Amino acid sequence: MNYVKITADQCKSCGVCVQTCPNHCLAIGSELNALGYQSAVFIGEDRCVACGLCFYVCPEPGAITVFKNEQPRKETETEKGVSL
Amino acid sequence: MIKHQKPAAFYDTFERKEPEAVSTHYCPGCGHGTVHKLIAEAVDDLGIKDRVIFHSPVGCSVFAYYYFDTGNIQCSHGRAPAVATGVRRVHKDAIVISYQGDGDLAGIGTSEIIHAANRGENITVFFVNNAIYGMTGGQMAPTTLQGQKTLTTPTGRDAGRDGLPIGMAEIINAVSSPVYIERVTLSSAKGVLKTRKAVRKGLKYQVEGRGFSFIEILSPCPVNWKMTPVESRQWMSDKLEPVFPVTCFRDAGSTGNPIDSRLDVHKAIASEEIPFMNDKELITLLNGDSPIPNIEILQLEEDQLVKIAGFGGQGVLSCGTLLAKCGIAEGIHASWLPSYGPEMRGGKAYASVILSNDEIGSPVIDDPNVLLAMNGPSLDAFENDVVPGGLIVVNSSIITRKVFRDDVAVLYIPATDIAAGEDLVAAANVILLTVYLRYKRVMPIETLKKIIPVSVNRKEFVAANLRIVDKALEYYETISQL
Repeated sequence: MNYVKITADQCKSCGVCVQTCPNHCLAIGSELNALGYQSAVFIGEDRCVACGLCFYVCPEPGAITVFKNEQPRKETETEKGVSL
Repeated sequence: MIKHQKPAAFYDTFERKEPEAVSTHYCPGCGHGTVHKLIAEAVDDLGIKDRVIFHSPVGCSVFAYYYFDTGNIQCSHGRAPAVATGVRRVHKDAIVISYQGDGDLAGIGTSEIIHAANRGENITVFFVNNAIYGMTGGQMAPTTLQGQKTLTTPTGRDAGRDGLPIGMAEIINAVSSPVYIERVTLSSAKGVLKTRKAVRKGLKYQVEGRGFSFIEILSPCPVNWKMTPVESRQWMSDKLEPVFPVTCFRDAGSTGNPIDSRLDVHKAIASEEIPFMNDKELITLLNGDSPIPNIEILQLEEDQLVKIAGFGGQGVLSCGTLLAKCGIAEGIHASWLPSYGPEMRGGKAYASVILSNDEIGSPVIDDPNVLLAMNGPSLDAFENDVVPGGLIVVNSSIITRKVFRDDVAVLYIPATDIAAGEDLVAAANVILLTVYLRYKRVMPIETLKKIIPVSVNRKEFVAANLRIVDKALEYYETISQL
């Protein structure tokens, strides 16, 4: 399984990744992050192909990390800002 | 496994921005962040992080040094290619990246980029074109589209008034030296991937020593275009790309254009005659092999406001630099301000030199306390400006009249005649300077003698100049005993 980790506190909610993803795996979430933006969230557990397009179009250096063939870990309290 | 993550060429946290910062200062949807990421990834993959010297411009990307864990220089507006040229010539192993926006490169620094391209400097230029001056709030740039509304063109850019958008890739393509010129766009994912390829190619060519690469990247500025980030990308493909065609203009690295001859040029630069020198050797070179006295700071009785005036060719300006260098060697503040006509010889020329124990606010002198008058017109021009109690040294070989003022000290020195006696008419300036320093006891004449070898450009005249200093002292002794 592939997935995209979005570090919520680095996302500025520009929505370019949402528009770019060919398999519609991303969406703008409803919660506000530390910067005051509604961070993008990953909703494509079953269809992400880890193509990395979201990573390349994202203007923030570290907001998006793309995992291939890996199970997303459960969010823990210490991993602040990781949303799935 | 991780397939894509923040490139290692970025700092982990952007401490230069603020402690623990992890996000950029760029607005949401800005193209700069994407370009930064593509460059950082290419730097990682080429393994050149420790060799990169990144030149950031004035503009939104002025803070690139917040983010890139490489060498960084922040250049004055438009001058990144000129600074990069200097770095290129000095640091031969460096990977030199010039990163500029359209206001910076196409507006302020048009000349620098064209000449750097024409010299075929082995650097990589990333030109981020968002058709607007972004950082200052969205004014019209040279690349702004016809009809595009900006802060300074509220009714839209008008070709009749403002001209048409300038295509920098096309202009660079008119120069034969660059090896690689491509325009790419960030309007779509496909465009971003093409940009990624272009960025890597531009850097790879530099690593291989092929020469000048110019990559123009069309980039969104949603805030100043007053659009959402997604709309701005649509506007780019609808409006921006028809005006700025996205294409590769030249790729002499793969098509086998006459790149070999260019390689020769860069080999020549790499092996040019000036050998590598360590700091000590450089200092020796710059000092002209002459020991500059390292002594206690001279205490002046009063600031010396010296006006040296004559006609071009009499050594007026060089006399000024000589005096200023003497002051610097004595550890005091000195300024030298030349003024001359467009003609090199025969026109009016004067130099203002200030020596002071305090920092000098302005190098301009309205009321000199010393005037070294080399010819008649300069005495006429400045005689009345000298403060009461000041000193006028007159070159009496040329100036036949006497000084009218009676509230200043006057020395009449036949400087040109004395200099002619030593077969060096052009050294009359040194005679007046020597007499002035001796009379006012500003500093030891020894300082002047140590500085002359550094300051006189034609080394074959150094000895004669030093002889002339002695002649001037001899003459001064004869008149001072009268």
